[in-house]
Amino acid sequence: MNKDMKILIVDDFATMRRIVKNLLRDLGFNNTHEADDGLTAIPMLNTGNFDFVVTDWNMPGMTGFDLLKHIRADPELKDLPILMVTAESKREQIIAAAQAGVNGYIVKPFTAAVLKEKIEKIFERL
Amino acid sequence: MTDQSSQPENFEQLLRSTTGELIEKIEQGELVDAVNLLQQINDARNKNLYLEVGRLTRALHDAIRDFHLDTSAVVGAEDEFSDISDAADRLNYVINLTQDAANTTMDKVDECMPLASDLGEEASSLREEWARLKRREMKPEEFRELYKRMDTFLESTEQKTTRLSNNFSEITLAQGYQDLTGQVVKKVIVLVHEVEDSLVDLVKMASQVDKITGIRHENAQQKTEVVDDSPTPEGPAINAEKRGIEVVSGQDEVDDLLSSLGF
Repeated sequence: MNKDMKILIVDDFATMRRIVKNLLRDLGFNNTHEADDGLTAIPMLNTGNFDFVVTDWNMPGMTGFDLLKHIRADPELKDLPILMVTAESKREQIIAAAQAGVNGYIVKPFTAAVLKEKIEKIFERL
Repeated sequence: MTDQSSQPENFEQLLRSTTGELIEKIEQGELVDAVNLLQQINDARNKNLYLEVGRLTRALHDAIRDFHLDTSAVVGAEDEFSDISDAADRLNYVINLTQDAANTTMDKVDECMPLASDLGEEASSLREEWARLKRREMKPEEFRELYKRMDTFLESTEQKTTRLSNNFSEITLAQGYQDLTGQVVKKVIVLVHEVEDSLVDLVKMASQVDKITGIRHENAQQKTEVVDDSPTPEGPAINAEKRGIEVVSGQDEVDDLLSSLGF
């Protein structure tokens, strides 16, 4: 796994973005960028050459689920690995995210170990 | 409401007893009496209706007042400001307070991390030197160097642990928001219950109005569900079982579910 890969963290709460950013930094990923919802994320993804997206689900503007569908439908972005980190814990939602092509799903609250494990698993499979 | 005859129950009684008499009078051909009886029923109904409408208006006013809405714009100056907008401010205060606490905590942790790792790195490098000393592999000038380093290390350990302890206390203090937000949230819960009670009163009142005016509703139109392929996000699932929602209890269940889907 390339520790220099460019990661976009999408969450409407600055605190959560900071937590994820810190955890990623502890795992050795320093090239992280932030967006506060899907609508801000898309232009960044279009021009930013990102390698990985970590997104929340429930956000104003554009949700993480719609962002996931948008990315999968965009020929330029469709192969971008996406990890969802969310408080949404309904079974139908997890199934919907899986069907929409999410690469990993973490429910909040979560631990650093879970984040590490899921990221490793995602990049093992690519 | 001291006039007993104008209570709806009494009106029903009057209606029942008078109709019997009315039929009798009609059968006996005493039409003048019959018309007078009809007039009596009508008067009683009107009187009852006016009183009931008055009572309902007053109750409606009370219920709306209990909503704690800001009605000053429509009913004239009321200097008491709205509890609902106050509640929104209170909840925003909770968001700010929790956010500040999270940031303070993370700032302090960010400060502690390098202190802890400096201590650890210096200690492990000293331990290597110390091991060489124990194995008697150390030259006298190297020992003098180690002697000085040890002194510096002990001094810096003292300083760094003091800073660590201070930061830990500040992290603990930052959790004080729990008390403040708890109080605020409890107040908002009380308000929500009051509003719910007022709404229930309004529903009761509306059914009273229907009864005395004789309005019948067709089956209230069913709420139309909006069809959308995206599941609506709702944040942390609270009372999921009570609401009949299927939720996962933690990451392990998410993993099981995903692996059952071929992940």
